[in-house]
Amino acid sequence: MTPRNRELAALFVAAGVAGAALSTVTIEVSHRAAGYGAVFAALYLCAHVVVRRTVPYADGGLLPLAALMTAIGLTTITRLDPQDGGRQALWVVIGVAVFAATLILLRDDYRVLESYRYLFGVAAVVLLLLPSLPAIGERINGARLWVHVGPLQVQPGELAKIFLILFLAGYLREKREVLAQGRLKDFGPLLAIWGAAMLVIVQTNDLGSALLNFGIFLAMLYVATGRALYVAAGAGLFAAGSAFLYEALAHVQERVTIWLHPWTDERVYCALNGKLEYRQDCASYQLVKSLYSIANGGFGGTGIGRGTFTSTDGTQLIPYLRTDFIYSAIAQELGLIGAAALLLLYMVFVVRGMRIALRAEDGFSKLLAAGLTFGFALQTFIIVGGVLRVVPLTGITLPFVSYGGTSIVANFLLLAGLLLVSNRANYPK
Amino acid sequence: MNRQIIRLTYVALTLVGVLVAMTTYWQTWAAAGLADRQDNAVKRVADFSIDRGLIVARYPFRRLARNVHHVVGGKTLYFRRYPQGPLTAQVVGYSTVGKSRTGLERSLNDYLTASNANLSTLVNKALDELRGKTVQGNNVVLNLNLDAQKTALEQLGSNCGAVVALDPRTGKVLAMASSPSYDPNLVENHYQAISRIKARCTPASPLLNRATAGLFTPGSAFKVITASAALESKKFTPGSIFYDPGYCVVYGKQVHNFAAESGGPEVFGRITLADGLVHSVNSVYCKIGLALGAKRILDTAKRFGFYEIPPLETPTDERRASGLYDKGRLYYPRRDSDVDAGRMAFGQERMLVTPLQMAMVAAAIGNEGRLMEPQLVDRIVTPKGHTILRRRPKLIRQAVRKSTAREVADMMRRVVQEGTGTAAQIPGYSVGGKTGTAETGVPGVNTTWFIAFAAKDESRPPEVAVAVVLQNQNGVGGTTAAPIARAVMQAILSSRKNP
Repeated sequence: MTPRNRELAALFVAAGVAGAALSTVTIEVSHRAAGYGAVFAALYLCAHVVVRRTVPYADGGLLPLAALMTAIGLTTITRLDPQDGGRQALWVVIGVAVFAATLILLRDDYRVLESYRYLFGVAAVVLLLLPSLPAIGERINGARLWVHVGPLQVQPGELAKIFLILFLAGYLREKREVLAQGRLKDFGPLLAIWGAAMLVIVQTNDLGSALLNFGIFLAMLYVATGRALYVAAGAGLFAAGSAFLYEALAHVQERVTIWLHPWTDERVYCALNGKLEYRQDCASYQLVKSLYSIANGGFGGTGIGRGTFTSTDGTQLIPYLRTDFIYSAIAQELGLIGAAALLLLYMVFVVRGMRIALRAEDGFSKLLAAGLTFGFALQTFIIVGGVLRVVPLTGITLPFVSYGGTSIVANFLLLAGLLLVSNRANYPK
Repeated sequence: MNRQIIRLTYVALTLVGVLVAMTTYWQTWAAAGLADRQDNAVKRVADFSIDRGLIVARYPFRRLARNVHHVVGGKTLYFRRYPQGPLTAQVVGYSTVGKSRTGLERSLNDYLTASNANLSTLVNKALDELRGKTVQGNNVVLNLNLDAQKTALEQLGSNCGAVVALDPRTGKVLAMASSPSYDPNLVENHYQAISRIKARCTPASPLLNRATAGLFTPGSAFKVITASAALESKKFTPGSIFYDPGYCVVYGKQVHNFAAESGGPEVFGRITLADGLVHSVNSVYCKIGLALGAKRILDTAKRFGFYEIPPLETPTDERRASGLYDKGRLYYPRRDSDVDAGRMAFGQERMLVTPLQMAMVAAAIGNEGRLMEPQLVDRIVTPKGHTILRRRPKLIRQAVRKSTAREVADMMRRVVQEGTGTAAQIPGYSVGGKTGTAETGVPGVNTTWFIAFAAKDESRPPEVAVAVVLQNQNGVGGTTAAPIARAVMQAILSSRKNP
């Protein structure tokens, strides 16, 4: 069986799961869901045809995995709000179009991107700092993550991640021998990127993407040089910087306090209304409510459409349920079985992505595939870990699942990158 | 670079693996603890999709809590209604979206929502969930006698106070009324109406279950315990002679007997221990207290259940322990000299008790010293009528020797026959009781008590024991509280005759 036929077969399985899930939503919540299901199946069939024509030797597992993840996301979002489900479906269409366009554009040799590495580097920094420009940036929930372009809300941080990985893959491929010698002057770039990460935290209050981008940088540096010492030094620097920022920035302090002590037995000062409240009713109420949602799912979950997300009068119990907290919605309705299955999909995606990195022949391709895959895993860890109280909660999206256009498009770019590298690595000689 | 990539793969997989582990933790290990939290709005709302079990009373068979269902956003939700209104408000409590839960609605929530850890009900609940059927909770049957409950609440009227009636032989709680009461149907949407309730005390605190969580100075009602301690010590008998000059000297100061309305404290001269109880002579008990020491009396009180939160099915934080309180905290003296034993012996000092505790004392004395566990719940039944829990009478301990209990019971009978409690006499029954009139520091404003038990005749165990407390009274226990005790006991005894 060729990878493409395997992919097609797996896509049928994904379509089956998506169909079943969306039918449940149709019965329980809204008739629109059935329509989304039809669009969904047709869409991935198109994607498959494009993959067959442009990168025939690429790994056959990644596209069906992405299809399943988007299906779970689309199902959950539609179940929570059918209108948002429509928007998300539209974004998946756009994502697949961008995916197809990328494959068609770069089908001959994606390695031309290496020569634009510095352009990508600069673009990444610009994109990260865009939201802090007063004219177009918008502060939502304490962090500057958004940019208004006409009627659209864009999260440039998601795209910056891809550009940063492209830059690092090119830069580290070129400098890896020099860096591995460990001369002091070669630490310049390391310090520069560390400084940039700190600046991002200060400027945008966005702890999540700073942690994500710096983590990707350390991982790729390690892959390029093989020196664990660098990782340790980088992590130490980041910890020291974070400790300093913890003292300096109230926002960071609050995030950490919420993480360590979400519940209080006594009333403490509440910044939201200026009164004394239990912390679970004030600063940490999002996190705490989301944990209640997860716990309510139990082992088998409540079933799709039967979870409790609104009060008896129809008001939302958990804010940001479709974006930051979508995992707690999934965990309640699908239970431990469903949530673990979703995480398993991420694991399989990571294994296949890393296998592509192993098989790739040149340094740029290896670094690119490893960086993209690790970024994917780390992003999942930061947001789900935040929801599960493993790390302080920061607002980033769950790849392919969370509601949000930029995130969907960026992850389809990531998928296209991995398929391009895979196609080249498996090319028959 | 491949070695690094393989290592990085392990790191990435570990990260996602941690997420699987933590999801497991929150959904299995931590789930029960989170479900019990008061601020868990998700669980609270989710519980409203369960057809919650009914709460009913046995005599007469009436529903105290039932459901009405509404369809909200395609989901059927069940909301509570309390057909008896204020009658059993503090005991049954309420289950609402906005104000959470109290009373039995809170403590028996697992049974009422069928999520109690009984294998067969759990399996049934899981099957119901899989079939998409509405989960039905289990029904709770209470021992309460609603006739007595109604009498108690009517008799308390606009007074602040409480009544507890027990079956001394089994510990069944037959009445538990707290005044002022409130209509639990108003909690969800008309909470303001409840906070406006007025009564003859401030704050009126209608939500407080005074029967189990109200702490009051016992006054002379505590003499029952002092008398028991005296007889248990074997230093005294009911016939022990005292000389009453009308006062007792404690720390060089005179503590006078209770001043009758005619003015000036009564003086009895030569008097026995038993007569001291019958006429409630403070100086006699003051002397016993000084002779025994505070700790000895407190140890007897402990045998009756003081210094521990009395067992009951209501939430633990809606019950208080009786004993000495110092600066709002339960306090047990390290040395006898830390406490004024003379004044404690007739129920003053820093002694504070709950009506439930005093009812338990009266019941144990009437029941030959056997202290039974008070029980509100008779049984819990599945919707199909299968009994999953039936409460059996449970002996807490033999509080005092049989002979001591009999001797104190005899003295208490004389209180009703010829002493301060004649207002509690019931024709055809042998009633024993003890009055209490505790000073609050404000002249003419007393906390009044009556504790009592009633039996067919002296040789038989009593069928009912009762404790009545009233706040902010001009009168004394014998005129204010004793008639209420009689009325409540009569209501119970007459329903026994024609069930």
